[in-house]
Amino acid sequence: MKPFSWRFIRVWQRNRDVFFKLWHSEAPGFVAEPIIILLAMGLGLGAYVGMVDGQKYIEFIAPGIIASYAMFSASFECTYGSFVRMEYQKTYDAIIATPLNVEDVIAGEIFWGATRSFMTGIVILVIAAAFQLVHSPWAVVIPVLAFLEGIMFASIAMLFTSVVPSIYSFNYYFTLFITPMFFFSGVFFPLSSFPETVQTLSWIAPLTPVVHLTRALINGELYPNLLWALALIIVLTALFFSISLVTMRRRLTI
Amino acid sequence: MTIIKTQNLIKKFKDLLAVDDANLEVEKGECFGLLGPNGAGKTSLIRMITAVSPPTKGDIWVLGNDLKTHARQVKAILGVVPQQDNLDPDLTVLQNLTTFARYFNIPKNEALRRSMEVLSLFQLVDKRNSHIRELSGGMKRRLLLARGLINIPKIMILDEPTIGLDPQAKYLVWHKLTELKSQGVTQLLCTQNMEEATVLCDRAAIMHQGRILSLGTPKGLISRYVGNEVWEIEVSSGERDEVVKQFESRGLDFEAAGNKIHVFHVEANESLKGLVNFPEQLRQRPATLEDVFFRLTGRSLAE
Repeated sequence: MKPFSWRFIRVWQRNRDVFFKLWHSEAPGFVAEPIIILLAMGLGLGAYVGMVDGQKYIEFIAPGIIASYAMFSASFECTYGSFVRMEYQKTYDAIIATPLNVEDVIAGEIFWGATRSFMTGIVILVIAAAFQLVHSPWAVVIPVLAFLEGIMFASIAMLFTSVVPSIYSFNYYFTLFITPMFFFSGVFFPLSSFPETVQTLSWIAPLTPVVHLTRALINGELYPNLLWALALIIVLTALFFSISLVTMRRRLTI
Repeated sequence: MTIIKTQNLIKKFKDLLAVDDANLEVEKGECFGLLGPNGAGKTSLIRMITAVSPPTKGDIWVLGNDLKTHARQVKAILGVVPQQDNLDPDLTVLQNLTTFARYFNIPKNEALRRSMEVLSLFQLVDKRNSHIRELSGGMKRRLLLARGLINIPKIMILDEPTIGLDPQAKYLVWHKLTELKSQGVTQLLCTQNMEEATVLCDRAAIMHQGRILSLGTPKGLISRYVGNEVWEIEVSSGERDEVVKQFESRGLDFEAAGNKIHVFHVEANESLKGLVNFPEQLRQRPATLEDVFFRLTGRSLAE
């Protein structure tokens, strides 16, 4: 693996500039949709569900919504977004003819994806606070966690992007990987309500530790075992980040 | 002084030898042409020299820097103008240039100043706030050239810079490239336009099937392979075999393509008199690089 350099920031800046030019076309997906889900599920379904783990249902799902939409942000950015830049716009080809190398470009893309998660995290956190669903000052750490989560999911997405033949392949990524995680990572119901095997499986899903950590931070209920969740996220992030740099170099420098 | 040097350069794809043992030396300040049909290996060669594709074997030095270890430093002094449009469609014309300048770490004010300068050089100032999709094909190519100058490169790598341009734009580009050369900018020019190569190049290499077949000044190549004049002879199908037989017996250097016969290295026209029944079948014209191209790479489609 070749290392990336500080020059990745140039790619990050490019993406930032484009995003703030076009943000109004992205806003509905990452602001309106989580609010709708939070209210529809939290208030609508919540009226039937009652209390979960000693909380109102809307309180229970709020941290999971933050973690899930942070995941969606980075995942969309580094699948469809990155693929379009790489294959249709040939933006990567243009950039690697400058002093930036492939690793700088991919790191810039991943950190930009993580920044999208960070922004999504902040927006939904503020909304949750407005609905009085935030119970601890520890919640200010949540955007930082969302950023780390973003690096992880952006790296996994980038790895997938580096091997797909066409843009249609991303349907598999979302239907078979991202969407199942949305339902089986403890966002809408406690993992304990699943049979044993599903519980074990859901701990393989990278979203699960993020949901647990976010929930702990928003409620201010921190306990030592959460360090395992954090360690798991860090290990997966480092692993997928490195692999995606290698596979992308292979794809781009033939 | 040699500014680009390649040694025993090989590029292999799965079952294709794209570049087969290329040895090149480009001199500082010259315009060096790479000519060849589609699939000759020109673009593969250029991709290796611009450090975006690693050689399967062999070495490249640019300004004495080994490309294996100094890719970043080398890319900082190159101005690459790709064949395929890779302008950033998410940005305006001006933003394309300033964003590109940022990849080279050029400070903001300087980037803006240079962007306006290269826009006026290629007569695009009025389009500075346009989106890329609003530009014509010719404007896009001019913008690609402008972008290639944003880092004030020592070497320009040009892959078919005038493809798809109307004659006005083509001459504008030729004029600018000539000016840049007079300012000392070395140019490596990939082209299939033989007129372009004759106008711009000090030296040219002709590539075919991954190999460099020949190398020299356009004039030198012409006099070596075809002579200064070419005679074209139109024959009817009936006459053809007879004429060809006669040419062979006289030991003439010629090439028969269909009913047209090209005769090369003819110093005086006496040798051709009496060969055909009607003098209007004979036509004499100055030899061009295109004749050399055909002689070396054949008349049939390469792929």
